[in-house]
Amino acid sequence: MSRSFIAALRRELRLAAAAKIEWLMPLLFYVLVVVLFGLGARPNDPQLAMFAPAVMWVGALLAALLTLERLFRSDYEDGTLEQVFLGTEPVTVVVLAKFAAHWLLTGLPLALLSAPLAGGLGLTAGAIPFLTAGLLLGTPVLTLIGGFASALTVGLPRAGVLLPLLVLPLVTPVLIFGAGAVRAAQSGLDATAPLYFLAAVLALAVSLLPWATAAALRNTFE
Amino acid sequence: MDLTIFYGLTLNYAPRADRPPPNVSILAVEDLTVHRGYRCLVRNLSLTVGEGEAIHLSGSNGVGKTSLLETLAGLREPAAGTVAPLPEARFLHWIGHKNALNLSLTPQENLEFWCGLNGQPGTAVVEVLARMGVERVRHRPCRTLSAGQKRRSALARLLIVHRPLWLLDEPLDGLDAQGLQCFAGVLQGHLSAGGGAVITSHQPLPAGIGGIRPLHLS
Repeated sequence: MSRSFIAALRRELRLAAAAKIEWLMPLLFYVLVVVLFGLGARPNDPQLAMFAPAVMWVGALLAALLTLERLFRSDYEDGTLEQVFLGTEPVTVVVLAKFAAHWLLTGLPLALLSAPLAGGLGLTAGAIPFLTAGLLLGTPVLTLIGGFASALTVGLPRAGVLLPLLVLPLVTPVLIFGAGAVRAAQSGLDATAPLYFLAAVLALAVSLLPWATAAALRNTFE
Repeated sequence: MDLTIFYGLTLNYAPRADRPPPNVSILAVEDLTVHRGYRCLVRNLSLTVGEGEAIHLSGSNGVGKTSLLETLAGLREPAAGTVAPLPEARFLHWIGHKNALNLSLTPQENLEFWCGLNGQPGTAVVEVLARMGVERVRHRPCRTLSAGQKRRSALARLLIVHRPLWLLDEPLDGLDAQGLQCFAGVLQGHLSAGGGAVITSHQPLPAGIGGIRPLHLS
C-alpha cells in the first residue's frame, strides 16, 4: 500500500518537474491578483488592510483551482486510470497521493507566499501568522473538494468552466473561517477558534473525500 | 469435446478438432450481455478460455469488441450474465487500446509507476523493456517515441508479473515486423506456460502460435 502511495507521489513530482509552468502558474496568478488589488486601491490606503484577509483568501482559492481541473484528466485520456483500477493496490491510496502532490505543489507554496504578499497589503505583523496557518489548513480542503469535483467532471468536455461553479460554493465555510481568523487577529481578538473550525473541516474532508473521489472515478468507465 | 464455446445469437465459431480439450478453464463466461448506453452490443455470449488457449476476437468496427473486453476486465458491469472467476487484478492483465503511458514520462518511469500500483518492486522494468526491444529509448519521454515503440512499452507490462489471463485490445497496433515477431514469442510463451488470452485484432495474429481460436462478433 505504501509502495503504491510512494510510486504515485513520485510520478506526480516527476510530472511537475517536467512541466514547471503547471505549478508555477498558480503562484504567479496569486502574486498578480494581490498586486493588482494593491495597485487598484489608493496609495497607502488603510482601508486596504481591512480588505486584505478577503483578498488574500479569495486569491489563494482561485489560484489553487487553476490546476485542479487537470488532476485526473490526462490519466483518464491516456488510459492510466484503467490501470489504476485494475492494479492490486487500493485506488484510494493513489487518489490520496495525487491530492498530496497537488497540495505540496500548489497549496503549500501559496500559503507560504501569502506572508510577504499580505505584508504588502498592509496586514499587521500579528495577523500574518494566522493567515498562513489558516491557508495551511484551508488549501488541503480545497484540494480535496476540488479533486472530488474534478473526478466527477473528468469525462465531460467543458469541465474547466463547470469546476469553479461546483467547487467555490462548497468552500465558502473555509473562506469564512479562514478570513475570519485573520480579521479576529487584526482586531486583537482570539483567532484560534476559527482555525480549530478549519482543522475540523479538514479532518472531515480528508476522512471522506478520497473514498468518494475513488468512487466517482469508477463511474467514468460506465 | 472441444466445444467450450456455445453459439450465442451473435456468434460464429468454427470448432477445431485437432486440440485436446482444456482441463482447467481460466475464464468462464455465461450468457453475457453487454450494453453500452441503451444499445445492446453483445447478447447471450457464453465462452470459456482454457489453459493454453487464446481467443482471437474479430468483428467490424463498433460491434462491441472493446466493450466486451472491458466487461471481461471488470471495468464495465455486464447487463446480464456472469463472468467467472470475478475479474480481479491478481488474475488478469489488461492492455487497452490506450497505452496508459503518460507522454511526459519515459517508458521506464511509466512502468515503475505501474509496478507501484501492483505492489511490485520495479526491478524487472529494464529487463522487460529489453525483451520488447525498447530498452534503448527507455529514458526518452514517451512523447518522442513512435507509435510502435509506445505499444511495445505498454505490452512490456505483460512480462513484469505472471497472470493467467491476458485481455489485449488491438495489441498489434503500430507494431512493425520485428515487433510482431517479438509479440508472437511473448504470447506463445504465455500460452505454453498454461496461460489464456482474449485478443481483439483486425489483423491476423502472427502465424505459428498454437491454441488460437477465432471468434467473430457480428
